[in-house]
Amino acid sequence: MTTLLMLGPVLIPLVAAAVYRILRWRPATVWVGAGSAAGVLATAIGTAARVTSSGPRTAVGGLLAVDALSAFMLIVIGAVAVVATAATPAHLRIELAAGRTDQRVCTQHSTLVQLFLAAMALAVLAASLGVLWVAIEATTVVTAFLVGQRRGRGPVEAAWKYVIICSTGIALALLGTFLLNYAAQHTPTPAGLDWVGLTAAAPDLDPGVTRIAVLLLILGFGTKAGLAPMHAWLPDAHSQAPAPVSALMSGVLISVAFYAILRVKIIADAALGPEFTRTLLIVLALASIALAASLLLAQRDYKRMLAYSSIENMGLLALGAAIGSPLAVAAVLLHILGHGLAKSVLFLSAGRILQITGSSRIEKVRGLAAREPVLAGCLGFGVLAIIAFPPFSLFASEFGIARAGFAGGLGWATAAALILVLVIAAALVGHTSRMLLGAPAAEPAAATTGAHPAAVPAPVGAITSTDGAVWTDRADTSVDHPGAAQPARAVAVPVQDPVIPVRTDPRRLGADSYALITALIACAVLGLTLGPLAPLLAQATTIVTGTAP
Amino acid sequence: MSEALYGQLLNIAAGALLLTAVLILWRRELASIIDVFALQGLALATLVGLIALQEGSAELAVVAVGVLVLRAGVLPWLLRRALAGAGQTRRETRPLVNVVSSLLAAAALTLLAYAVSQPLVALDPSPATHAIPVGMAVVLIGFFVLVTRRLALSQLVGFLLMDNGITAVGFLTTAGIGVIVELGISLDVLLVVLVLQILKTRIREAFGDTDIDDLRELHD
Repeated sequence: MTTLLMLGPVLIPLVAAAVYRILRWRPATVWVGAGSAAGVLATAIGTAARVTSSGPRTAVGGLLAVDALSAFMLIVIGAVAVVATAATPAHLRIELAAGRTDQRVCTQHSTLVQLFLAAMALAVLAASLGVLWVAIEATTVVTAFLVGQRRGRGPVEAAWKYVIICSTGIALALLGTFLLNYAAQHTPTPAGLDWVGLTAAAPDLDPGVTRIAVLLLILGFGTKAGLAPMHAWLPDAHSQAPAPVSALMSGVLISVAFYAILRVKIIADAALGPEFTRTLLIVLALASIALAASLLLAQRDYKRMLAYSSIENMGLLALGAAIGSPLAVAAVLLHILGHGLAKSVLFLSAGRILQITGSSRIEKVRGLAAREPVLAGCLGFGVLAIIAFPPFSLFASEFGIARAGFAGGLGWATAAALILVLVIAAALVGHTSRMLLGAPAAEPAAATTGAHPAAVPAPVGAITSTDGAVWTDRADTSVDHPGAAQPARAVAVPVQDPVIPVRTDPRRLGADSYALITALIACAVLGLTLGPLAPLLAQATTIVTGTAP
Repeated sequence: MSEALYGQLLNIAAGALLLTAVLILWRRELASIIDVFALQGLALATLVGLIALQEGSAELAVVAVGVLVLRAGVLPWLLRRALAGAGQTRRETRPLVNVVSSLLAAAALTLLAYAVSQPLVALDPSPATHAIPVGMAVVLIGFFVLVTRRLALSQLVGFLLMDNGITAVGFLTTAGIGVIVELGISLDVLLVVLVLQILKTRIREAFGDTDIDDLRELHD
């Protein structure tokens, strides 16, 4: 029973992928993806309950194993997957209506997203470093086409950079895996690559070889986690992918890569002492946060803004892992979940805004709060969550990391990170308030698409709003003054398009809106109480640190 | 096979691995780069075959045949097919670093590989582990090709060169890490190449050429 439960997060998405492959994207299969994600979440919770009460398990001849840390990551994958897949039907329906995609692409999208979920679940269930490596590389393969799914130059370029940089990084991790295996073979009791054996043999590992191996593993998986200076693929891939894919990549994929770093850190600390990984992680953490801060200040593209915010949060996770005390690790794990929920809400909202306005530039979006109150609310509260505003759980986790940092003798690094985090928060609030506030765009004036051929953004074409109108911008290329919440400079001209089906009530909430609101509420509740998650989090922390929080 | 002969043959195979890597750095015609790459696959398979022979492992012998098929057969074939569809760009005309400097860099990288690999050789000195620095040098040269070449296909070759080096190090250190993981790794590499090949075609459709310098749509 437990075996079946723990295989669920891998098998259910595989079945769903087969369903999409055979039946294709059609009205009957629209909700299969969300159903599968709900199944992943349900089996993850079931597995977590079993693990908390009766300890770790292995399955499939020792290839897969689940402990509290894996079970926690399964819950993160399931939760973010539910949010992203629940918003997918609405996203694809609008893309279909706008003629930017077709049924074939929708089928491919849904199939690949399910394979993506299965690969991530496999990565956290892997009992050994080898299987983990294969699963993480598999996520690169399946997401490559998701990143390059939309037409045009940007997505293709992003996909190429993504595959080349991540595969190279992951290749370094493979070299590290080989070397760690080599070191493990030359201990008094030769161990394989499985976590349990490696952890037991860790004190006997040759320090010289292990140091090279750990360096390669952390740099390799750090590339996939988007830590600076190996981050170059992340802003491109996350800004060019379709919104539900961005939500999954930013919400969980990079966290799964970070989970690999945590696993490596357990072995490295036992073999080399904590100093080696601490120094390495602090450098990566501060580089990531500083890079995010410098590029967020003058950011003009709201999807890239969210992508850099992900790099910042990965930096915070690395900082927490560097501190390494039980409080810091518990905060890191909570931060993974909170960031996953908040960031998926943000990317899905951003995708919706892109569909409405046709531009991913911050200066082209004005007065969203008046035009689309629900969407604006999701974006606004999402940004408040991501900058760690109470009661959202990111406040609790960032506070925990900061407190642990000052208590753990990393005061200067923590202080520097906190100052940069404040700068980032100011930048995010500034950019977002310019999008949400200000005078709404001019009242709709009837016109036809053909009357404004030059005004239509070339690769995107006509854009639908929920009320069926098509919004295009007058060719206004003037640069916006940062920080000034002033009346809209780019006046949007809605254009009637008879082809696109008109939704009768623009204020009517779809399933996507409910998913976003639920995720935000969950994030806020987690900030107030962990509830039944507390024992799981405590056990997972014990696995990483060796002591209870 | 005596220990001395085994050591000599292993050194020849490892030498061929390094020599082909340097040749790839030297040549500019993509067609001949792919030929040299196939030769390197042969050298790698020979290396694995030698280790299999020495250890008397049938499983490893099967893996050696697999390496031969994948790296001297399938991958070069895929690259040639990509080249056939590439149109005019069959020559790396202006790499970021010229050929003479590249060869000097290769020499420096080889020295670096020997310096870095000291603890690896020291852990278990044997004919096989003495060849580890060569594998590391191939990894570094592959990385160098990856970052200094401008054509998509050349970058792909650089990635595969790195991968050959990593595979060599893997077999020289511990003779593989289990059949299932080995299979997963090969499958992943093959899929990455297929994905990159499809993307390369789409880059040509979108940008007109596969010069990576043209990829300048996305920046801050």
